[in-house]
Amino acid sequence: MRLQALFLVVGALIASGAAAAAAAGPPNAADLEAELVCPVCETTLDQSTAPVAERMKAFIRVRIAAGDTEQEIKDALVGEFGPGVLATPPRSGFGLLAWLLPLAALVAGAIAVGLLIRSWSRRRATPEDDRPLDPQLERLVDEELARFDG
Amino acid sequence: MAHRAKLVAQGVAVGLVVLLFVLLAWTLLMDEGGDLAAAAARGERPQAPDFTLERLDREGDLTLSSLEGKAVVLNVWASWCIPCKDEAPFLEQVWQQNRSRGVVVVGLDAKDFRSDARRFMKRFGLTFPIVYDGPGDTLGSYGVTGFPETFVIDREGKVVEAFAGAVNATEDRARLRAALEQALTS
Repeated sequence: MRLQALFLVVGALIASGAAAAAAAGPPNAADLEAELVCPVCETTLDQSTAPVAERMKAFIRVRIAAGDTEQEIKDALVGEFGPGVLATPPRSGFGLLAWLLPLAALVAGAIAVGLLIRSWSRRRATPEDDRPLDPQLERLVDEELARFDG
Repeated sequence: MAHRAKLVAQGVAVGLVVLLFVLLAWTLLMDEGGDLAAAAARGERPQAPDFTLERLDREGDLTLSSLEGKAVVLNVWASWCIPCKDEAPFLEQVWQQNRSRGVVVVGLDAKDFRSDARRFMKRFGLTFPIVYDGPGDTLGSYGVTGFPETFVIDREGKVVEAFAGAVNATEDRARLRAALEQALTS
């Protein structure tokens, strides 16, 4: 019974994986053109009409038709024009810094805000708050409260 | 305590701004790499920046400094560059006519597909050494701003003359031949 359940789970996982892969489909030329940079004019391919950009667009279409994945196409273009052809830096090596620095800045900002809030809340909770009220003031408050209740 | 934290924050902010300025200056200096064309025009003969690049005409790499003792015509081109097509037969002619005199024409194909460059070489029957710089990393050090550009380098590796644009006009071709003679006699 347990074995049967295990087979069912594995089968479902394989089926869902295959469905996801099928849903992903072939890479989209327009998406790739927005993620790759023309090495001459240094704008994304979809914004460029430079001869080399047109040649790269044609290359992308040919490679999509040949059944290449998005990563394979990007790797081929990096092999020709270097990593500068990617609109976003790679998530490895020195390029990783470009991804990590904004996160580090976000964390540092959150810590700074946290420290600031903590400092404000401490400033408000001064020991003066624990001192007894002025008897005259306390009497006035009591009178006001009694009148309000009555 | 709060005052100290404020000072630290201000120090960090100023430090970041200074760091960004240093990065900017470094990038500009690296990109500039000296204006070789202007320096050559003033008769200064600046040293040609060395490079080692993959060859397209055969297996292996080519290092510019390995050609010391010869005069070099370094031509920066790309297969998609239209003026480069007009200029290619002339460069092949220069190579064929002067190779026995200690002249080497070196083609530097940049920002191009290797396959397109090889097709271009075949189409125009180019037989001189051709190196490949797909990312164009070498261009900054030579101050290349467009395609094609040509540099005449003497036997000691110094730039005698630089040509921005194709060497197609009769006077430009005569100027290149004269620069080549200078490069050979230095």
